[in-house]
Amino acid sequence: MDFLQIVIVIGLLMLIAQPLGNYVFHVFSNEPNRTDRLFGWVEKPIFALVGLKVRAGMSWKRYAFSFVAINFALVAVSYILLRVQNGLPFNPNGIGNMEPTLVMNTVISFITNTNLQHYSGETGLSYFSQMAVIMMMMFTSAATGFSVAVAFVRGITSRGKTLGNFFEDFVKAHTRIFFPLAIIVTLLLVALQVPQTLDPTLSVTTLQGAAQQIAIGPVASLEAIKHLGTNGGGFFGANSAHPFENPSALTNVIEILSMWALPAALPFTYGRFAKSRKHGWVIFSAMMALFLVFLTVAYTTEKSGNPALEALGIDASQGSMEGKEVRFGIAQSALFTTVTTAATTGTVNNMHDTLTPLGGLVPLSEMMLNVVFGGKGVGLVNMLMYAMLAVFICGLMVGRTPEFLGRKIEPREMKLIAVAILTHPFIILAPTAIAFLTDLGKGSISNPGFHGISQVLYEYTSSAANNGSGFEGLADNTPFWNITTGLVMFFGRYVSMIALLAVAGSMTRKQWVPGTIGTFRTDNALFTFLLIGTVILIGALTFLPAIVLGPVAEHLTIRQ
Amino acid sequence: MSTLVQNGQNGQDGQEERSGGSTLWIAIRISLLFILLCGIVYPLVSTGLAQLLFPHQANGSLLKDKDGNVVGSELIGQSFADPSYFQGRVSSIDYKAEASGSNNYGPSNPDLLARVKASIAQWQTENPDVPADRLPIALITNSGSGLDPHITPQSALVQIPRIAKLTGLSAAYLTSLVGAFTEDRDLGVFGDKRVNVLKLNLALKEKLANNEYPK
Repeated sequence: MDFLQIVIVIGLLMLIAQPLGNYVFHVFSNEPNRTDRLFGWVEKPIFALVGLKVRAGMSWKRYAFSFVAINFALVAVSYILLRVQNGLPFNPNGIGNMEPTLVMNTVISFITNTNLQHYSGETGLSYFSQMAVIMMMMFTSAATGFSVAVAFVRGITSRGKTLGNFFEDFVKAHTRIFFPLAIIVTLLLVALQVPQTLDPTLSVTTLQGAAQQIAIGPVASLEAIKHLGTNGGGFFGANSAHPFENPSALTNVIEILSMWALPAALPFTYGRFAKSRKHGWVIFSAMMALFLVFLTVAYTTEKSGNPALEALGIDASQGSMEGKEVRFGIAQSALFTTVTTAATTGTVNNMHDTLTPLGGLVPLSEMMLNVVFGGKGVGLVNMLMYAMLAVFICGLMVGRTPEFLGRKIEPREMKLIAVAILTHPFIILAPTAIAFLTDLGKGSISNPGFHGISQVLYEYTSSAANNGSGFEGLADNTPFWNITTGLVMFFGRYVSMIALLAVAGSMTRKQWVPGTIGTFRTDNALFTFLLIGTVILIGALTFLPAIVLGPVAEHLTIRQ
Repeated sequence: MSTLVQNGQNGQDGQEERSGGSTLWIAIRISLLFILLCGIVYPLVSTGLAQLLFPHQANGSLLKDKDGNVVGSELIGQSFADPSYFQGRVSSIDYKAEASGSNNYGPSNPDLLARVKASIAQWQTENPDVPADRLPIALITNSGSGLDPHITPQSALVQIPRIAKLTGLSAAYLTSLVGAFTEDRDLGVFGDKRVNVLKLNLALKEKLANNEYPK
């Protein structure tokens, strides 16, 4: 039954991904199509209201400036709202204002689509902040990532055109993708018992006559965009393990598909832009192959359980249940964990800190690679970056000028790609080392031994990959952690985005050369294989030593 | 509005670049508009629709006894210290639902082993008839939320000898009660079979009240 339910979910994804990819293509192709008739009437007043009369194509610099400007404005307003939330409306539980370094961490976390949370929603945020800051940034950061990915794809596929207009992309991402889907998913979740109310915390008398306070709020509307936008920040501290955020296996499946469908659809969107569906399949297959390996490891290690507990002579046949919920069991928990770190959502339905060592290695590795589907747009862009790298390496081996989609890849692009690829390990490993050199960092570790290394490594990996899940035992709400992870999230998002927009900008200026018989093919199974090889090679060379010190060493210590 | 944005009227494909000042102005206006749309309009419209269409679910799926008194939410677990009730999973927050979470013990953490050993010892004193090798792992591990309302059917069945002894109800009746409250996988395939502890205990309590057993 475990196998069957996992296969059904993956099957549903496969059914959704391609049509959704086509739909996304029509949204952003800027050629007249049916979606115009459906949504044009909403967009016209929006464009008029913001003064966007001419939706002219932008250079990569203007595109980057526009998205950074919007992100900056949103951060500024959000910072103020969180600092004064106590006095704002919709605060029935009387939540106080947030401390400055925590606010800084929180606004960076949500604008970068990371959703690392150093606060707990029940005690840290008013309903107004949950709505006007958290849900708002869940939409806008996802739309930003989506737009940049589309611009990148336009850059490497269109012949001599521009990257598009950021403002137009940003508005359309909301009106044609995120708003309609979010409303549908919200209502589905409410029907399946996720609360949606502005009433304060409930007070009930339990069956045994004790008083119980039950935190509640506008949960469903947050859950919907949290997953659709691959954000991942929970309404409550326990995130999607909380029965109000995720009351049943059915809502679990809905949440999995919500966060997975758009990242899985984007390779097909890219295929449409490239006018070669095979190119879409190459990227999708490479992602899916890596995903299936990770899923298998996660499921089998969690199912086989924690040998240290098994040795105590109990009935441990169910698997590792510490930190998991009964309604999900091992199958829905392992699947959720693998999807959330593949799609860099960071929502959790079980506590990753309590995973078996090799089970915990799965989310860690997926975030280190950061290409297995990936967050809103970022995963596709990263995978395309690896595709260019693979082309480049193969070109070097056979002594030909590397070409990708009919354009030469030259030193300028390779330098930018190198910056993007090297930033990721640097902002993970350097801060991890710094954290271990100071008591400020070491003092927050809650699990002794090798697991403590994994906790710190996971925190920075999650920040750099803009994932946001955590080994949550880490006592991370201190100025040290708020500031360092804030910086890592910031660089993790903007360095690679801007570098890759620059790559797209320089690709648009190149002469398009039609393919010949001698052109290295990038649309077949061989290239899928090379692409996977490149990803694993770079990832393994970079991260193996750190992984050996953390999860692998811990695994060896608890093995009987 | 600035005149800068009005200078181009040549349609969607115009390629001219406007000045940075105008771009910034549009960015600010889009930001403010979308704070309003995403942060205020969307959640309030969602709340309105949810309250209209699904008021029971939207307000926390509260569970009432047969007299109509609210005894909790069917989704949120409760602490059952009294051993004559079915007990739920370990909760480091003792089912205090104003917060949520667990103590996040890693698999090699000695505190995890100590806590589980203490749970096993307690089990052995409270359930002398059921050896520890039949004690399901779900019952002595902390749930992720600390509020898990469910246990596995096996975790309910192994508690029957203890509850039968303490309440005087027959083991056969309790087994049928657990059977009646065992929920199937969603749509017959998703998730695991489970028993809602609060619903089960509510039925148990009402049965005991009818039988006029001392509580």
